[in-house]
Amino acid sequence: MANIPENLHYSKDHEWVEVKDGVATVGITDYAQHSLGDVVYVDLPRVGDNLASHEAFGSIESVKAVSEVFTPVAGEIVEVNDDLNDTPESVNADPYGAAWMIKVKMENALEADAMLNAAEYEEYLSETE
Amino acid sequence: MVNENLSIVHFSLTTYHLPLTTIMRYIPNSPEERGEMLKLVGLDSAADLFRSIPSDVQLNRALKITEPLAESELISGMEKLADKNTAAKRPSFLGAGAYSHYSPTVVDHLIQRSEFFTSYTPYQPEISQGTLQYIFEFQTLVCQLTGMEVANASMYDGSTALAEAVLMAQRVTRKDRVIIAQTVHPEYLEVTKTYTQHGDLKIETLHFDNESGRISADDLSNLDDKCAALVIQSPNFFGCIEDVKALADKAHSVGALLILVVTEAISLGLLKSPGECDADIVVAEGQSFGIPLSFGGPYLGLFATKEKYVRNLPGRLVGVAYDKNGNRGFVLTLATREQHIRREKATSNICTNQGLIALAATIYMETMGKKGLQEVAVQNAQKAAYAARRISEIEGFSLPFSAPKFNEFVVRAPKSADEILSKLLSKKAIVGGLSLSRYFSDNANDFLVCVTETSSREQIDNLVEGLKEISK
Repeated sequence: MANIPENLHYSKDHEWVEVKDGVATVGITDYAQHSLGDVVYVDLPRVGDNLASHEAFGSIESVKAVSEVFTPVAGEIVEVNDDLNDTPESVNADPYGAAWMIKVKMENALEADAMLNAAEYEEYLSETE
Repeated sequence: MVNENLSIVHFSLTTYHLPLTTIMRYIPNSPEERGEMLKLVGLDSAADLFRSIPSDVQLNRALKITEPLAESELISGMEKLADKNTAAKRPSFLGAGAYSHYSPTVVDHLIQRSEFFTSYTPYQPEISQGTLQYIFEFQTLVCQLTGMEVANASMYDGSTALAEAVLMAQRVTRKDRVIIAQTVHPEYLEVTKTYTQHGDLKIETLHFDNESGRISADDLSNLDDKCAALVIQSPNFFGCIEDVKALADKAHSVGALLILVVTEAISLGLLKSPGECDADIVVAEGQSFGIPLSFGGPYLGLFATKEKYVRNLPGRLVGVAYDKNGNRGFVLTLATREQHIRREKATSNICTNQGLIALAATIYMETMGKKGLQEVAVQNAQKAAYAARRISEIEGFSLPFSAPKFNEFVVRAPKSADEILSKLLSKKAIVGGLSLSRYFSDNANDFLVCVTETSSREQIDNLVEGLKEISK
């Protein structure tokens, strides 16, 4: 059973968002990391890039596949988790903690409220399986 | 009138005058079968298929080709034609990106084994262990040769490798300005411009110093922190050895990559390796390694870089791996960069390599060994130095560039280089070199001379005597 923390917002593309003072931290969910398998490389954008909602901002490479990661919220990237260059495996080990990917200064602070909450995401997963 | 024309066309389209066996050998259907097909589509003859073409643009006669020949007649006829190609037998001092070198017989012999000769780039790679093993060896040799950390399975040729290197620098740095030295082979520059013309890359060129014949590290005014790469060639198009380390340091000081082009790979047997000079990407033409000149291709692109840039490397990459029983095997690795997996986000559209030519280069390098390659390189440098000295002693001739050289050098003649070279060819049957006027309008009296281990002392002396006579 996938781990789905209560306090986060979720997208149907399996990203999570945590909002604090208008800045959204984005990562991929436990379900997503499990589906991808062993992650060997994470390709991330640079600080200062501007993203539109649902735009691809990077890609995650596992042993046999590459998947794009999309931002659920629009805004400017203010921080990128460069640690993932050296420790891509933390995407598997700690998807909600050490493996956060980018922080986005949101154009619309309320955008995350339209996303799924933990219960809705869990229901979405059970429907798709 | 129309009917008459058609009947002539009809004749030329058929082969009634040939014996049936000959017809059957090259044309898979018989006259009866062709008759059936015509009947089915409601036509009287094959010529009717061409009725819509106006008769005045039709040939209206049979093609002027000889009667069928026996195999022995055909061979002697072709030999007569080949004998007309005297240029191939003349002493030649042409270089400029394509070099005449000795290739041991074993190279050609081994690459013609059918398991090598007929195989294509492995799309189900791990089943082709032999192919992967020689590609792995090729990559290893390229790394040892260039002093770089990782090399791919090869590119089409030196010029397309440069175009890919420029795109790679753009990916790595996420900047879109590239500065290419004018001393890079002008055709490499053209290929790179063609290759990148529909992207957002901006290419600027960099002048060379007229006295030294190379790029001055103090004169890089357009190199700034918006640049993805500085591209230089060494030995450069004029044969001059660039100060690679100083230029690499300059590039790195503004966050740009240093791309080094090598058109004469034999020079790597003698010069300080690109890795030691801190180049970030090295692209080279591998033709010098056992590949015949053959009118310009197929050649071989070598591509090597630092390990930290490996995910942005174009082309294929073979790695070594061990199975669960500890047996060594070879695999295509990091294939996730490639377009069959990553589609339009692939690092490059190159999903293949110059398999057979890379094999030839591998066999050449393994046959020559480190010492052999060094010896060839030394011979090239010494013979070229001898030729350069002798030519510079001719009245009116000089060597305009002061920088150190490998096996090519520019000669400044007392009059038009085109005129001198064409007289040398018509009166002395010597191909004296390449006139620079073709690429540099200011250098009409200059020509590029290349001397390799295949040029004998006698040929060099004849060149010198020829130049003396012609310039009188």
